Amino acid sequence: MTGRTPPLHAVHGDAGASFTDFGGWEMPVEFDSIRTEHAAVRESAGIFDVSHMGEIEVSGPDAERLLQRLTTNDVTALDPGEAQYAMVTDEDGIILDDTVVYNLPGDRDADYLFVPNAGHDGQLYDRWVDHRDEWGLDATVENRTEDYAMLALQGPEAEERLLDPVADDQRTAICDLSRFSAMTATVAGVDCLVARTGYTGEDGFEVIVPADEVETVWSQFDCQPCGLGARDTLRIEMGFLLSGQDFDPEDNPRNPYEAGVGFTVKLDTEFVGRDALERVDAEGVEEKLTGFRLVDRGVPRQGYTVQDLDGEAIGTVTSGTMSPTLDTPIGLAYLPVEYRSPGVNVQVLVRGESKKAQTQALPFLDR
Amino acid sequence: MSFEIPDDCQFLDSHEWARREDRTVRIGISDFAQDELGDVVFVELPAEGDTVTAGEDFGVVESIKAVSDLYAPVSGTVVAANDDLVDAPELVNEDPYGDGWMLEVELDDESELEELLSPEEYDDQIA
Repeated sequence: MTGRTPPLHAVHGDAGASFTDFGGWEMPVEFDSIRTEHAAVRESAGIFDVSHMGEIEVSGPDAERLLQRLTTNDVTALDPGEAQYAMVTDEDGIILDDTVVYNLPGDRDADYLFVPNAGHDGQLYDRWVDHRDEWGLDATVENRTEDYAMLALQGPEAEERLLDPVADDQRTAICDLSRFSAMTATVAGVDCLVARTGYTGEDGFEVIVPADEVETVWSQFDCQPCGLGARDTLRIEMGFLLSGQDFDPEDNPRNPYEAGVGFTVKLDTEFVGRDALERVDAEGVEEKLTGFRLVDRGVPRQGYTVQDLDGEAIGTVTSGTMSPTLDTPIGLAYLPVEYRSPGVNVQVLVRGESKKAQTQALPFLDR
Repeated sequence: MSFEIPDDCQFLDSHEWARREDRTVRIGISDFAQDELGDVVFVELPAEGDTVTAGEDFGVVESIKAVSDLYAPVSGTVVAANDDLVDAPELVNEDPYGDGWMLEVELDDESELEELLSPEEYDDQIA
């Protein structure tokens, strides 16, 4: 498969970034060091190029119904300019992807937008089109992933950094933007969709920019450029899910209740997977995504085995890192529900050696 | 990007360096290696008195993003491991040929040093 590249690829290369393949995209993984970039986001501000995220626009009389029937959350609760986190599930209630659904502000060309994870835009576009046709709904679906770049400006100082290149008469509106709200704003003369959303646990914005104008916008922000390495350590500290890792329909099929995102499931709406999830909700789950920290020295990593104190395997690490903020090794694993409460002693098999670990409440970091 | 390659070190193609001191050989990882790994958070080393064998792994270095085995450039007996790395693993990033050294080894066989890559050969390898 030929790698996809973000429009800023050359700009990042000039800035000394190293790159990695992520969902078929060649993305910057590190500009300076993960620690430096991570600290910038926690303490001041950092900017990420997240153009690997997909953009699919849905419009027309049945756009709302189509989204309602393919995502777990209640799309009808969204007013224009509002967004929500949601899962896309199959008939069995297994998570195919997690996404943010936007009811776009009235001044946009399209009615709704949703944002699939890296490399999932083609598959979800097909899913939307197939179901539209099957259900005979009147909606247009457009995969705009290649037309847009997406930047994430994150950190306690994100708002003031964003305001610098924004037109004077829009600054108040941006300051008033509440979490999971979006508006069209002119940033460095470019019309962008600015949303108060993110994946770091800090205040911040995601900015969707026409691909051919993103360099103008990116170059306006005077703050630490950050790569996918820091994006991963920041989200793990918050216990946020990574698609393809903390859930994966092939390798690690999980439903939203197991994954700790049951709050996105609105059983009083009609969507693919609803009936299965109603049963799961009634019966309860056997395993849940659980946070833990290593007590012994070492770093937990994806694929490592979690054991009980007798050395019996009870789960597998889905995400793990050395937390730069806490200076503690932390991780996520699906464990039997009896291990769910914080403070339970377990072990993690690190390169053949059992290391002491303890379950911990999520998020790891209070924000 | 250019990486420091001191004249007085010899290298393994797995990016460890060895430097002749008075009666021992110091071992660490190269500037290139520390940059590839990124922020080092943990180094696992053998204890004084343990033996290491040329070409075999003697320890582990963990960074935030990766874990990597460490390979011995020479065979011998460990006379010192760098204890400073326990509390300050970042020394490997900050000063890979100096304060970030890992082991000091008493050589079994002097001739093993000659089999390692010269600074020029190592430079070609990472170019």
